[in-house]
Amino acid sequence: MFDETIRAMLIEGTWATLYMTLVSTLFGYLIGLPMGIVLCITDKGGIKPNAVVYKILDFIVNLTRSIPFLILLILVMPLTKLIVGQSYGSTATIVPLTIAAAPFIGRMVESSLKEVDKGVIEAAQSMGAGTLTVIWKVLLAEARTSLLVGVTIAVGTILGYSAMAGVVGGGGLGDIAIRYGYYRYETGIMIVTIIILVILVQILQGIGMMLSKKLDRRQV
Amino acid sequence: MEPIIRVENISRTFQANNGQVEAVKNISFSIEKGDIFGIIGLSGAGKSTLVRCLNLLEKPNEGNIYVDGKNLMELSQKELRKERQDIGMIFQHFNLLMQRTVLDNICFPLEIAGVSRREARKRAAELLETVGLSEKAKAYPAQLSGGQKQRVAIARVLANNPKILLCDEATSALDPQTTKSILKLLKEINQKYGITIVVITHEMAVIQEICSKVAVLDHGSMVEEGTVEELFRAPKTEEAKKLILNEVVHITEMKGERMIRVTFGGKSAFEPLIGNVILEYKTPLNILYANTKTINGNAEGEMILQLPESKEIADRMIAYFKEKGLGVEEVDNYVR
Repeated sequence: MFDETIRAMLIEGTWATLYMTLVSTLFGYLIGLPMGIVLCITDKGGIKPNAVVYKILDFIVNLTRSIPFLILLILVMPLTKLIVGQSYGSTATIVPLTIAAAPFIGRMVESSLKEVDKGVIEAAQSMGAGTLTVIWKVLLAEARTSLLVGVTIAVGTILGYSAMAGVVGGGGLGDIAIRYGYYRYETGIMIVTIIILVILVQILQGIGMMLSKKLDRRQV
Repeated sequence: MEPIIRVENISRTFQANNGQVEAVKNISFSIEKGDIFGIIGLSGAGKSTLVRCLNLLEKPNEGNIYVDGKNLMELSQKELRKERQDIGMIFQHFNLLMQRTVLDNICFPLEIAGVSRREARKRAAELLETVGLSEKAKAYPAQLSGGQKQRVAIARVLANNPKILLCDEATSALDPQTTKSILKLLKEINQKYGITIVVITHEMAVIQEICSKVAVLDHGSMVEEGTVEELFRAPKTEEAKKLILNEVVHITEMKGERMIRVTFGGKSAFEPLIGNVILEYKTPLNILYANTKTINGNAEGEMILQLPESKEIADRMIAYFKEKGLGVEEVDNYVR
């Protein structure tokens, strides 16, 4: 259908998209997971209620989440340049992707952890468990299914964002779609990139859901 | 001897949207080592808050709680966590870790206490045998019945050899048959290991089944305290009477007449007292309700009698019962 160079480009784009998505998800969780934990335990009724910490973090999350990704992408360019050395290409895109994903992930982690039965937390405390033990062995362990569903949603969302980064030369499939499909009217290539994106989302979604189901012991 | 639990003037107030709620008001009491101490009250009486004060899951606004001579209110967070390992707690909804196997659930308190994994698994297997669930070691809580879940919770609570076991409505989510077996298990634990047990419940039957002492809680205050026999024979407060007569409320149609509640222990059961009283005064009595209960292994009977219209004969009948050593009280106020 396409010649050798275009095929090579599509394959490379796919890898670039996967690279951006997965690395950003990883960094997003490095920041978002602790954020979600702090949000969960400092909220009213949490195990370490702290209105000041909660309000500050809550505000940061809402603020970051209300900035459209495309604007954020441009807004953090100086920072991206500082960290990566350039503001275009797949590696550079990881910076804004992580910044956009972390608060979103934090919010999802918070809501997953809040699903954990208060009674179980109380039981752990009655056995003499400290805050870290409760977080590690009760909150995270009991919410693991819900957390994994969250990872699946996060990966899907970040994949979508990564495609948007194509507008400013972010690399990956989105970049190809914009350069060929939009600027050069090569609809064929655009459709193929879309199909690849759809397949990627389906596969990642499938793996995530299967894992979370497999790890859930609440069903008989 | 110093009581194992001594509560001194504790109060716990919550901030609610419409002002303050005093869940526990200036309560003091002591529990002796080895007792099974019941705290009974209707829902909203403050029972759950009170029992949570005993391991400081709820911190009282004021007052002191001494466990084995140590004032919990003065402990640091770290010391308190250590102390909690000696005060086990089981719950109405079992509160097991749903993502862990039964065996790993029992290992959990041992992990917290820093016991090695091998040691913990060995101990957990022993405890599982104690509660009769060895074959369920690899099952998950979702695969168990309510009674089995509570047995796992009991095994889990025994793992750290606690001195005290707090039971917060531990049988309220179970059917009567399972309730009986769980209460039996608790009694065995009390006798075998000498663990002091505090039972919170709204059911008089639970108190009568296993408790030696009982306290009645009403609107955050402790209104009555004593042995279970005392409370059963001669309840002093309206609240206690209500709880005891909970199951008798259905005799609604008989109003306007004098009624008495008589209670009798094992000995008087051999004498045909009702028959004798009718023969003696040549006037019939109406038995409205009668029941026998086992309290701490002794048969205790109770009866609600409707007295004849003549005040003179009625008074003499009351005097007769009292003379024969029965507990007698007039009940027309609250049998509605």
